[in-house]
Amino acid sequence: MADGPPSMWAMADGPPSIWEWIARNWDTGRVDSIKNLLGDHLIMSLVPIVAALVVALPLGLASVRWRWLYQPTTGVFNVIYALPSLPVFMLLIQFTGLSKTTVIVPLTFYACAVLIPSVVDGLGAVPEHVRQSAVAMGFTPLRRLVQVELPIATPVVIAGLRVVAVSSISLVSVGALIGQGGLGMLFTRAYQNPFVPPALVGIVLIVLLALIADGLLVLAQRLLTPWVRARRSA
Amino acid sequence: MITFDDVTKRYPDGTVAVDHLSLEAPTGEITVFVGPSGCGKTTSLRMINRMIDASEGRILLDGEPVQGIDPPTLRRGIGYVIQQAGLFPHRKIVDNIATVPYLLGWDRKKARDRAMELLERVGLDSAMGERYPFQLSGGQQQRVGVARALAADPPVLLMDEPFSAVDPIVRTSLQEELLRLQAELNKTIVFVTHDIDEAIKLGDRVAVLRVGGKLAQLADPKTLLSEPADDFVREFLGHDRGIRRLQFISTEGLRLRDDLTVPEGFEGPTDEPWLLVVTGDRRPVGWISRERPAELEPYGTFVLGRDSMRSALDAALLSPSGCAVAVDGDGKVVGAATREALDEALSEAADG
Repeated sequence: MADGPPSMWAMADGPPSIWEWIARNWDTGRVDSIKNLLGDHLIMSLVPIVAALVVALPLGLASVRWRWLYQPTTGVFNVIYALPSLPVFMLLIQFTGLSKTTVIVPLTFYACAVLIPSVVDGLGAVPEHVRQSAVAMGFTPLRRLVQVELPIATPVVIAGLRVVAVSSISLVSVGALIGQGGLGMLFTRAYQNPFVPPALVGIVLIVLLALIADGLLVLAQRLLTPWVRARRSA
Repeated sequence: MITFDDVTKRYPDGTVAVDHLSLEAPTGEITVFVGPSGCGKTTSLRMINRMIDASEGRILLDGEPVQGIDPPTLRRGIGYVIQQAGLFPHRKIVDNIATVPYLLGWDRKKARDRAMELLERVGLDSAMGERYPFQLSGGQQQRVGVARALAADPPVLLMDEPFSAVDPIVRTSLQEELLRLQAELNKTIVFVTHDIDEAIKLGDRVAVLRVGGKLAQLADPKTLLSEPADDFVREFLGHDRGIRRLQFISTEGLRLRDDLTVPEGFEGPTDEPWLLVVTGDRRPVGWISRERPAELEPYGTFVLGRDSMRSALDAALLSPSGCAVAVDGDGKVVGAATREALDEALSEAADG
């Protein structure tokens, strides 16, 4: 029995069950406890989402204001998106070492590649007659942006954020290549030992995180844009 | 009063949208800019609130050049109604109407109270205040657009083809609503349209513009119809301007006969070819002819003094008798205008 390939059945005798394994590894006080990996994962996936929103908003606004900016801006971000992760990490390690930043930076660029078009499309969804009437009512440009254009763009931007949130949470595990994969570290451990429970725990937790993030964004959308919900129910 | 003083709009590519336009839109009146597309009517309108700046000349608002006023401040003092209403989809109707009061920094409650008052003023149910724009029909949205323009009680109202995106029945009721509101509010209104009938119906003064932004004629509707300045205006007015001119001629002086009405059940005999059967409280039932007194024929009515000669003629044409039934404001028969009486009034009208 000990000669056979490891399986869930085999673990009943020798290696611990999945629940035992979780209990034993949840909070060991070491950097690779499940709890700490979950925390790392959250940081490395959420920081890029927020950072990308902060970068994409002004770039998107600028691309709407100066149309010629749009193609080069999205072009640059798409090219970065297309670069394989490993060489990007290698390049970044020169500056940021084997740190979380090395994972956060490329993920921020990826998120921007999705969010900038979302911001531009969202603002493009503001009907011309609505924009015109805002001008005619006497809105100053800044007030028009904040009170009319951005609220109307919100549903499209949130749709982009949902894609970004889920892909960012999933992509963090690539960081395992440089020892900064958050829950992705569980996959390398499962592969090295070889032992299934860590991989299962990693997959389940990542999917759960993605579902929670998506749910929160849907909730935010409902709270921020009641007029869209009203439209659907009408 | 709004004054255009030799105003020209020339774009960088050399296109001239408005060419040396000089005219006045008097206080408390509706001035209509009408013309084919490309005549610069919307450009002219937008130069008043500086959504477009004039290249040459001056536009004065009660004597003050608008070019010297900061655009947002200027615009908050001028109501603006746009073709598709341009309501903010993310704001409830009441907040849409309160837009300018909010911009002016009114207290929130005061702004909303004012908005609810206006909602009723434009003929909408106050329950609509809590809805979003897409939940309203096109005509209702346009009413909200008018309410929003009136919210801060501006003396001047600019209306850019406000009723051209709604169906003809709704358009007619919106036009009548505007005239009713204007009778109460006496705003200085500049109204842009490509529809000459709308211009004639609404305008105290009508400015006909030709392509290239030149003023072809500025006149009150009656003068426009009877004395078009040139072939362009004549053609733009259309073929039946003689008939349409009748809508400015009152039926007040029309000679009526009050001896043609008979009660229900009347069986003759009579010398008259046609008699009008009326109920006990003098409401019309139908015409009967001498030949077939048992058969009721259709009739047409007009309100004496309020309706125009055009309505009277129309009423006459609706009946085989050729006579129009004159009624008072309550719909009770006052008399009948025979062909001879109408003929007399028409030949007077033709003499001018």
